[in-house]
Amino acid sequence: MTGRRISYFEASARQRLSGLVDEKSFSEFCPPELRKTSPHLARLDAPLAFDDGVVVGRATLAGHKIFIAAQEGRFNGGAVGEVHGAKIRGLLDKALLEKPAAVLLLVDSGGVRLHEANAGLIAISEIMRAVLRVQAAGIPVFALVGGSCGAFGGMGIVTRLCAEVVMSEQGRLALSGPEVIETVKGVEEFDSRDRALVWRVTGGKLRRALGEATMLVDDLIPAFRDASIDLIAKYKTYPLAPASLETLLAEHARLTARSERFATARDGREIWQATFVDAARVPELSVDEFNRQLGEQV
Amino acid sequence: MEQFTLTLPSKAPQPSAVHTVLCGVVSSGNLEVLVEPLAARDTCEIVVNTSAHGFRDIWQAVLTDFAERHAVGGLRLSLNDAGATPAVVSLRLDQAFEMCVGDRA
Amino acid sequence: MSEQLLFDRLFGADGHKISSEGLFLHGLAEVDGQTISVIGTRDHAAIDVTLALRIADAILHTVRADASTSPRPILFIADTQGQALSRHDELLGLNGYFAHVARCVDLARRQGHKLVTLIHGEAVSGGFLAYGMLADRICALPDAQVRVMDLRAMSRVTKINLERLEELAAVSPVFAPGAENYWKMGGIHEIWTARDHWGERLAAAFGSIADSDSRATIGNERGGRQLAASIAQLVADA
Repeated sequence: MTGRRISYFEASARQRLSGLVDEKSFSEFCPPELRKTSPHLARLDAPLAFDDGVVVGRATLAGHKIFIAAQEGRFNGGAVGEVHGAKIRGLLDKALLEKPAAVLLLVDSGGVRLHEANAGLIAISEIMRAVLRVQAAGIPVFALVGGSCGAFGGMGIVTRLCAEVVMSEQGRLALSGPEVIETVKGVEEFDSRDRALVWRVTGGKLRRALGEATMLVDDLIPAFRDASIDLIAKYKTYPLAPASLETLLAEHARLTARSERFATARDGREIWQATFVDAARVPELSVDEFNRQLGEQV
Repeated sequence: MEQFTLTLPSKAPQPSAVHTVLCGVVSSGNLEVLVEPLAARDTCEIVVNTSAHGFRDIWQAVLTDFAERHAVGGLRLSLNDAGATPAVVSLRLDQAFEMCVGDRA
Repeated sequence: MSEQLLFDRLFGADGHKISSEGLFLHGLAEVDGQTISVIGTRDHAAIDVTLALRIADAILHTVRADASTSPRPILFIADTQGQALSRHDELLGLNGYFAHVARCVDLARRQGHKLVTLIHGEAVSGGFLAYGMLADRICALPDAQVRVMDLRAMSRVTKINLERLEELAAVSPVFAPGAENYWKMGGIHEIWTARDHWGERLAAAFGSIADSDSRATIGNERGGRQLAASIAQLVADA
């Protein structure tokens, strides 16, 4: 396996997928030879991809049956169009019937594909409802975020609907991209070219510290694989219960407390200062050390 | 986008069993190659869909060279290209060929 | 049209008690002699962390109040220019707050609350995704604006010539702004006309709620979204 040791960030969707699941266990639904490409991109004379930028199918992970979707961030920023979105939605619908141990969403997307914006927005809404339905049926959905496009726009919302969010330090998770905020509100609001700032506002360590991500792992495909295996084991032991009024009231209290505690915060440094003994060192901490120190705070 | 199909003579690959594979990603300066088995064993069909207009001669040269260097008879290669250079095209074609005759990843 | 005028027309002058606090709307109304909960935003609200929490709180409050009685229908009023664009909100995880709202909507649905959205003013991308688009049935007033992005901005981002986009927008509902386009694609179930009896249409909307998400099928029937249903089916049948 050539994909085993390479960076998750650098890998393509297909490399991530094949490095993540058990060897030779993957079977693709709606594979590229069916040529289900986007007619909307074609009408705008834009390049097409035979899989429309997302790979979906079934596999095993440490022997457990899983469903998996991997978005290709390098094709149109992993953006969701009609076909792309329908493939993910179809996968989730199928999960309801076949009840895999988990559905893994390898999110790498800027959100809605503008060339087919209305179709993309509705598709994301359909994916949101499908994720909620699958999880209400007790099947956990895991979002894995560590690609070059991160998880933005509607896919940022989808990511946070998932029972678990596994991120690498390089992964980014938010709603509006820094470029959009800068364009509309000005560079003083958000300087999208300040990479360190972007990372402190959207990156994996910040999201893990806030509890938006449930695990932080190294930028390696096997690290994402190991985390996913651990999570499957967790849900085998403690099956996912549908969100109840009590769990949502607790989540509401948690989110309210965060917004009150950080009522004026605009930089991840303020979160580090409130969470870590040595805030200045957070950016340089290894993932293991970061997780250890975070564990001591909780 | 510009589209055209070339049918080139070539020997059938060893081993004769080939997998359908997709290699590469459609992004600026890059391309994807879909390899599928074809009935005719002595020719290779190459379908090109490219965003770069007017480079038909260069494509012809690169693809002919590829069909001469490898035994690709009985294969159909479908390319979605977003402006890759000839060097990148050659590299991707070689990778796709290796994947389709090698052990499936 | 102001919200109070809208509510008078929907429920009659004595049929509602809905108050606004800033950009947030909340209260009760009568539809067909039944009490419903009304939750929404006004004045083209940019939805930030605080507003998202208000919406979620109102939904949870309704679900809790009806825990041991028959669940009230909920009407969402969507008037939003989209998500708030601010570094502070993104730092806190605005997407996570929106996901929380979506989970609350889903809980209400699972607890048996019928959910209808009425688009008044505008419904734009993230702000529309958070709750309005998740209702069982989505209705739009005649002047409603629905979009992801206007064509000029879309042209800048995609680097596709504006004239080309305008030309295509005249024949395709797939990317251009407009409630009519969303109707054709199944993203909006119905668009009301100025001459309709809105109270009756709302009652009918609550009476015609489907069990599952049939928007892809509707989009196919209306001819605006011809692949979504068949591709999802292709995957489901694989």
